[in-house]
Amino acid sequence: MSKVRVLVGTRKGAFVLASDGKRERWDISGPHFAGWEIYHLKGSPVDPNRLYASQSTGWFGQLIQRSDDGGQTWAPVGNQFLYDGVPGTHQWYDGTPHPWEFKRVWHLEPSLGDPDTVYAGVEDAALFRSIDGGQTWRELAGLRGHGSGPHWQPGAGGMCLHTIVLDPSDPQRIFIAISAAGAFRTDDAGETWRPINRGLKSAGIPNPEAEVGHCVHRIAMHRSRPGVLFMQKHWDVMRSDDAGESWQEVSGNLPTDFGFAIDVHAHQPDTIYVVPIKSDSEHFPLEGKLRVYRSRTGGNEWEALTQGLPQSDCYVNVLRDAMAVDSLDACGVYFGTTGGQVYASANGGDSWCPIVRDLPAVLSVEVQTLP
Amino acid sequence: MIRVMLPAHLRILARVEGEVHLDVQGLATQRSVLDALESRYPMLRGTMRDHVTQQRRPYVRFFACEQDLSHELPDAPLPDEVATAAEPFLVVGAMAGG
Repeated sequence: MSKVRVLVGTRKGAFVLASDGKRERWDISGPHFAGWEIYHLKGSPVDPNRLYASQSTGWFGQLIQRSDDGGQTWAPVGNQFLYDGVPGTHQWYDGTPHPWEFKRVWHLEPSLGDPDTVYAGVEDAALFRSIDGGQTWRELAGLRGHGSGPHWQPGAGGMCLHTIVLDPSDPQRIFIAISAAGAFRTDDAGETWRPINRGLKSAGIPNPEAEVGHCVHRIAMHRSRPGVLFMQKHWDVMRSDDAGESWQEVSGNLPTDFGFAIDVHAHQPDTIYVVPIKSDSEHFPLEGKLRVYRSRTGGNEWEALTQGLPQSDCYVNVLRDAMAVDSLDACGVYFGTTGGQVYASANGGDSWCPIVRDLPAVLSVEVQTLP
Repeated sequence: MIRVMLPAHLRILARVEGEVHLDVQGLATQRSVLDALESRYPMLRGTMRDHVTQQRRPYVRFFACEQDLSHELPDAPLPDEVATAAEPFLVVGAMAGG
């Protein structure tokens, strides 16, 4: 029978939640790296025992940990993230030039074809790649070298590259997103990049339809249809049917279209999930009701999923990297909250149960479906 | 021999318990002690000082003999008590947070 492993990054360590394919009983291991912030951990799709974790604190900086046995043991690998050449400046919150400074790794994306190749999205925004299992890192400097780089500004959470989506049909194509610069795409394996933000409208910037400057929160793709992208922007849920060349809003009947997380059903490319959050100044669900919204039509038409989720007095947030799906049949959907709960649905979102209730604030959730 | 006491997080990272005892060639300074420490425990590189500039991380402190040596120059001699192993060199995570 298949197994599921849920990798949870929190403010104070990592946890590994494991179950069989029924997804009813869970073994919890952790905290790994107790006391450290684990922004993200993720397994290689080629070798599921190969995991990478981003470990950091304000005291001792950034570490990258690697496991070769599915998270039972870990070893630190390379943690030197040097910007290529003269780093230059981006804009600071007040509009003044500010030197690029490495702060932390937000997201690790293992290659689809090689367990030793992994990408790291970092703050201040840049993309790094390792081809030796995380021992050494090299910046793909064409992204930061895009002419708009000096005009990028941080979002409230810092100027972070938080989303890396690899195209399974074209190893040369990568999508990334930066708060608050927007989405970018390379078609030559990271040498050159261009913004893909046409159709986004952001009231919080001087030109709402500017080429860059949008606070993209998260992009999701179904691997069977890599030209179709779904985006949770600061406000607005968006869809692109042409690999980001243009975007259309698909917020439809959502009660609020602010949010962070978005994901796609493992077997139904037009079934997508978001967790609406009240507003950019009130980062919790509307009316204290934690509701996942599901669209079976690729957007615009949404239904609230509430069974098993708290429907009163719930004021947690669900962060951008804190939702994932497994590939079992029926598809499992998982998300973590800043209140320390990790919820799971073994039936595509129809009903939910907490796997754990009292972890530190959850920063990321990833799922591995194991044979 | 130099005695070094690491904070708990770094002891776990380096997989050591208690004090670390180092042989330091030449004058005992912050730089020579940290060089020896990172040479024996490469996983500590970048956790106490920047990889490139070698500047102390902002929330890392160096104490010895009930003194804060954090703002001393990296090549300034450490106190004799540290150089003779009578006292440990303490790497400390600064008090921060609420």
